[in-house]
Amino acid sequence: MTDIPQDLKYTKSHEWVRVEDDGSITIGITDHAQGLLGDMVFVELPDIGDEYEAEQDCAVIESVKAASDIYCPIEGEVIAINEELEDAPEQINVNAYHEGWLFRIQPLKENDFDALMSPEDYAELVESESH
Amino acid sequence: MTLKETPIIKAHQEMGAKLVDFGGWNMPIHYGSQLDEHHQVRNDGGMFDVCHMTIVDLRGCEVNEYLAKLLANDVAKIAGKSGKALYSCMLNHEGGVIDDLIIYSMDDAWVRVIVNSSTREKDLAWMRSQIGNMAVDLNERDDLAMIAVQGPNARELAVKALGDDIEGAQILKPFNALLINAGSDKEMFVARTGYTGEDGFEIVCANDQAEQMWRQLAKAGIKPCGLGARDTLRLEAGMNLYGNDMDETQSPLESGLSWTVDFSNEKRQFIGRSALEKQKEQGLNYKFVGLILKGKGVLRAHQQVLIENNALTGELTSGTFSPTMQQAIGFARVPSDAADTCLVVIRKKQLEAKIVKLPFVRHGKVLVD
Repeated sequence: MTDIPQDLKYTKSHEWVRVEDDGSITIGITDHAQGLLGDMVFVELPDIGDEYEAEQDCAVIESVKAASDIYCPIEGEVIAINEELEDAPEQINVNAYHEGWLFRIQPLKENDFDALMSPEDYAELVESESH
Repeated sequence: MTLKETPIIKAHQEMGAKLVDFGGWNMPIHYGSQLDEHHQVRNDGGMFDVCHMTIVDLRGCEVNEYLAKLLANDVAKIAGKSGKALYSCMLNHEGGVIDDLIIYSMDDAWVRVIVNSSTREKDLAWMRSQIGNMAVDLNERDDLAMIAVQGPNARELAVKALGDDIEGAQILKPFNALLINAGSDKEMFVARTGYTGEDGFEIVCANDQAEQMWRQLAKAGIKPCGLGARDTLRLEAGMNLYGNDMDETQSPLESGLSWTVDFSNEKRQFIGRSALEKQKEQGLNYKFVGLILKGKGVLRAHQQVLIENNALTGELTSGTFSPTMQQAIGFARVPSDAADTCLVVIRKKQLEAKIVKLPFVRHGKVLVD
């Protein structure tokens, strides 16, 4: 079974979102997504200071098999990126929810999280896509 | 649509295969890690379920005359030489590639042909339509299964696993095949061929024996590998994939396959010959090369290739990240005058790539620098 932590929020494009204590959000791809994509070999992250709208493509991850766009879950400014992935993209496969995080966003609006999915809703999405 | 299954499907599921729709077949893409499986084949021994490929037996006293016309390579190289294999393209009248295939000369009146799975229907229709009045019978062998065991230790492990069932296979020379226990329930066809750039066998047996053979091979230490690793292995080995690297709109002469087109016998009017001769006379606009991306990133099919001071652009036909070289590699059709380097358009960037001669890797060794 795929791992879907209860303390995170999710998107329909298979990103996970963690709300940090300082109000910023950390973004990565789910365990389910990394399993589908397979061995990661390349990551192209946004630059710190870049601003993105919700659902705008802002990063690319590539497995041996395919390239996949990453969408910014909510409008905000990039305040940190996981530079270690540049030399060790396989961290996404090893632990998608911790060492495999991609970037951190400072949201530009308050309470912009309503459009994100709960763990239950995401589990349902994964279930429906595997049939 | 219901996916077709090979006779080995149960073992795949038990062995943890990730199954995907592969041209209408439910096939293993990997069993956990495509990269591990790739290295397994380069360093030791792995096996692939290739039952989806199409096996055709051609029998009849005019089989060699038929193939002399049907194929761009010359069957005379192997005619009557029992067990000899030959790689060839089958062309249309315009010189485009209908498919690439391997033929095995079994005896004077029997040639076994293995064609791609994705092209099965059009291949069979074309092959039947070209028989005309010739004494040739075409018989698709969907009663047969095929497993490829590949890697430096693959042959030794397969002989250990299958014992008397493949007696005689241990002394096969490269690009040769052998029929074992002919005519019996345990008839096996073993060929020292493959699609990985490593040594190994392709073993054909009856459908109802395939699962057991797969399990015997696994027990001897040959690891199951998915079609994902098969693709990165063939790319490193510089081997073309039909549909990616050539198709009916492309000439073998601009697909890196000139070495498989045999013009030497002037009397042999194979299908597509006159079209290719015309192309040669007019001069080729493109050549088929290997590319190595200098920086980070991944090469993929259909990325555009730019050459300095040249309005003509090229295109990647296949690309991946090479697990052996730890660099992005690919095949590309580029303008004929391209020299050492080019630019590849990847998303919004233009990245420098080195132009090299194929293959990248053979028998575990990197052949480019």
